[in-house]
Amino acid sequence: MEQALQQHNTDDKTTFGFWVYLMTDLVMFAALFATFAVLRGNTFGGPGGRELFNLRFALLETFVLLVSSFTCGLASIAVQRGSKNQTIFWFVFTLTLGLTFLALELTEFSHLIADGNSWTRNAFLSSFFALVGTHGLHIAVGLLWMVVAMFQIWFKGLTSFIVSKLTRLILFWHFLDLVWIFIFTIVYLYAYV
Amino acid sequence: MKSYLTGFILSIVLTVAAYFAVAEQLFVGQMLVVAIIGLALAQFVVQLLFFLHLGKGTDSRWNLVVLLSAISIVLILVIGSLWIMHHLNYNMTLPAPLDSHYLINQ
Repeated sequence: MEQALQQHNTDDKTTFGFWVYLMTDLVMFAALFATFAVLRGNTFGGPGGRELFNLRFALLETFVLLVSSFTCGLASIAVQRGSKNQTIFWFVFTLTLGLTFLALELTEFSHLIADGNSWTRNAFLSSFFALVGTHGLHIAVGLLWMVVAMFQIWFKGLTSFIVSKLTRLILFWHFLDLVWIFIFTIVYLYAYV
Repeated sequence: MKSYLTGFILSIVLTVAAYFAVAEQLFVGQMLVVAIIGLALAQFVVQLLFFLHLGKGTDSRWNLVVLLSAISIVLILVIGSLWIMHHLNYNMTLPAPLDSHYLINQ
């Protein structure tokens, strides 16, 4: 009993530490947001956000990520229930949606670059690629983490060690959706104001 | 389950509302900016409560403390940058004949 309680406290501390990391990540994103907000008008004679961004496409990306955040929540319920198969099922779902999101984002990037609007063109596009690209990189890392986690669940089952790790993976994934809300608003919607 | 479903539905409603406010230009100028930022902040709170379950669990008070200190740094960073750079642009504006519109075209 005492040992179990101690284990529980250690897990709580680890998760709290991870939460602190997420908050510092938030500060890093804030720096990128501030850079974007300052430089969004500096297009050096090139096209601005209104000419470059497709609102419907951004809305689609937003929905894909939002649904993946939701299915990730369903995975966390399956973890609490201790159901290995359900957990894997919902993580596969989340992974697929995450990959879809990443594919959509890379499509958008490649279209921009193909039209000569890469990060080298002006300060606005540099800050755009820095901000959205950093978020995309986080998504890619999250997907990799998810794949590793699924192998661990598959081979070792839902042990307390793995459950504790999954808690943090789920936090990370929800956090990425949280950041995307502001990218959708400040980068895409704001371009059309 | 109920908490996730509530959060999910609210998030969709808020996202769609923000999208239509801009796509249909329901407000003009500054009002539209206030509206979409307000909707984003509302969704931020919704997801914090229903997805990240802030306020539940044993040590949630400390989670909240770290979150609030992070938010205060975020606000100083973002508002401060915009404020300073706006004034720099304003003060750096060159006399009329010189080609200065790249400096101030925001």
